[in-house]
Amino acid sequence: MTGDEPQLRVSKIRSGTVIDHVAAGQALNVLAILGIDGSGGESVSVGMNVPSGRIDRKDVVKVEGRELSPAEVDALSLIAPEATINIIRDYEVVHKTRVQRPTAVTGVLECPNHSCITNAGEPVDSEFDVLEEGVRCRYCETILREEIAAQIGT
Amino acid sequence: MRQDDLVSATGLARADVETVLDRAAEIAADPGSWRERHAGALLALCFFEPSTRTRMSFDAAMKRLGGDTVDMGPVESSSVKKGESLADTVQVIEGYADALVLRHPKEGAARMAAGYVDVPLINAGDGAGQHPSQTLLDLYTMREATGLDGVTVGMLGDLKYGRTVHSLAEALTEFDAEMHFVSPESLRLPESVRYDVESAGGAVREHESLGAVLPDLDVLYVTRIQRERFPDESEYRAVAGEFRIDEATLADARDDLTVMHPLPRVDEIDAAVDDTDHARYFRQAHNGVPVRMALLDLLL
Repeated sequence: MTGDEPQLRVSKIRSGTVIDHVAAGQALNVLAILGIDGSGGESVSVGMNVPSGRIDRKDVVKVEGRELSPAEVDALSLIAPEATINIIRDYEVVHKTRVQRPTAVTGVLECPNHSCITNAGEPVDSEFDVLEEGVRCRYCETILREEIAAQIGT
Repeated sequence: MRQDDLVSATGLARADVETVLDRAAEIAADPGSWRERHAGALLALCFFEPSTRTRMSFDAAMKRLGGDTVDMGPVESSSVKKGESLADTVQVIEGYADALVLRHPKEGAARMAAGYVDVPLINAGDGAGQHPSQTLLDLYTMREATGLDGVTVGMLGDLKYGRTVHSLAEALTEFDAEMHFVSPESLRLPESVRYDVESAGGAVREHESLGAVLPDLDVLYVTRIQRERFPDESEYRAVAGEFRIDEATLADARDDLTVMHPLPRVDEIDAAVDDTDHARYFRQAHNGVPVRMALLDLLL
C-alpha cells in the first residue's frame, strides 16, 4: 500500500483483497457483487468518500481472507472501472492489478426487462455484452446504461 | 446463409437477405418444381402465442416443399401447462423434427432455445423483440414494389412493442434506405433498436405525426396500436384516430406510395384503401409462403 493519508482511515488486513480507487459511492455495490451482506462472517472494512489524488474522492473495500475470482473482477469493472485490486498476504501486497472491462459478463446482472427469458425461470444465466457505455442483454437485447449497479444479482 | 438459425434481424447481412429473396423469387416463378424438394422432412411448429398468418404460412411453405409439419398445438393442451421449461420442451421436440419454428411471449426466448437444439430454429416472434422471418417477406414485398436502395420508408404506429418494426429497421440498415419513425411519444422505438440502427450508420428520424413526412415516402409501413398500451380508453381513442390511414390521409402522398402492414389490422387502415394502388398488404401476406419456403430450403 502507498501509506498515504486516506489509507490510514481503514485498518490494514493480514491477507485478502483490497479494492482501491472505487468510484465514490459504489462501495456498497462492490459488497453486493461480492455477495457480502455481513451474514457470512467475513471481516470487511469500508472507506467511503475518502480523498484520493487520482480520482478526487474514492471508496475503498478491504475483505479479510478472500481473494477475488476473475468473474467477480469482471463484475466489479462495470461499476468501478478505475479500481485496483490488491491481493494481500501477510500484510504485503503480492499482486496488484487494474480492473479491465470484459467483453461480456455472465450470471452477474439481472435483466431489468421482466419479459426477458432470463427472468422466466428457465435454466439459463443472464449474459450481457459490454458496450462502450453500458451493457446489453444478449437475450432480449435490452440496454442498461446508468442503472447497472441496481441490477446486480444477489 | 451464413447462419444455422434465424433468431434476430441483427446480424442479417445484406448478402443473406439477398440470398433468401432471390431464392423466394425463383420459387414464386415456378412453385411446382419445388414440390418434392424436401420430401420426408418435418418442421415442428411451436407457438406459445396465437398466430394465424405466421403459423399457416410456415405450414403451407413446408408442405409446398414436399415436407410436413408437426404442431405442438395450443399451450393449454401441452405439457407447458404442467410447468415444463421452454428449454426442456424444445430439446424434446427437436427429436421429432428437422427444424423448429418458435413463437414465444418472452423476449430472447428464441435465442435461448437455439442454444439448446442442434436443428435449425426460426424465431417466429419473441414478445416485443424480433420477428425476422416477417422482415424477410416485408423486404421481398418492398423489393418488388420499390427496390431496397434509394428508398424512403416510414414506419408508423406502435414502434416500441412492434417486433416487426424492430426487425425491419435493423435489416434496412444493410440497404440505402432513409427511415422515418412516426409514433406517439410513448410508443417510440426502444433504445436497443435505436442503438443498432445508429451503430450501423443509419439515422433515426422521429416524428409524432405523419403529415410532414408523408409526401417524401416511397413506402409506409403501418402497425397496429393496441388498446392495452394505454392507461385509459379515451387516450387510446385519440391516438388511434390520429394514426389511422384513410383515403383522405393519402391525398398528400405520392401516387406511387406503397402501403404495407404485417396484419392483422383492426381499423388503422380504412378498408377503402384496399382498392387503391397504394395497398400492398394482402400481397405482402401472400409473399409469406414463397419467402418462408426459401428460408426453409436454405436452412434445412
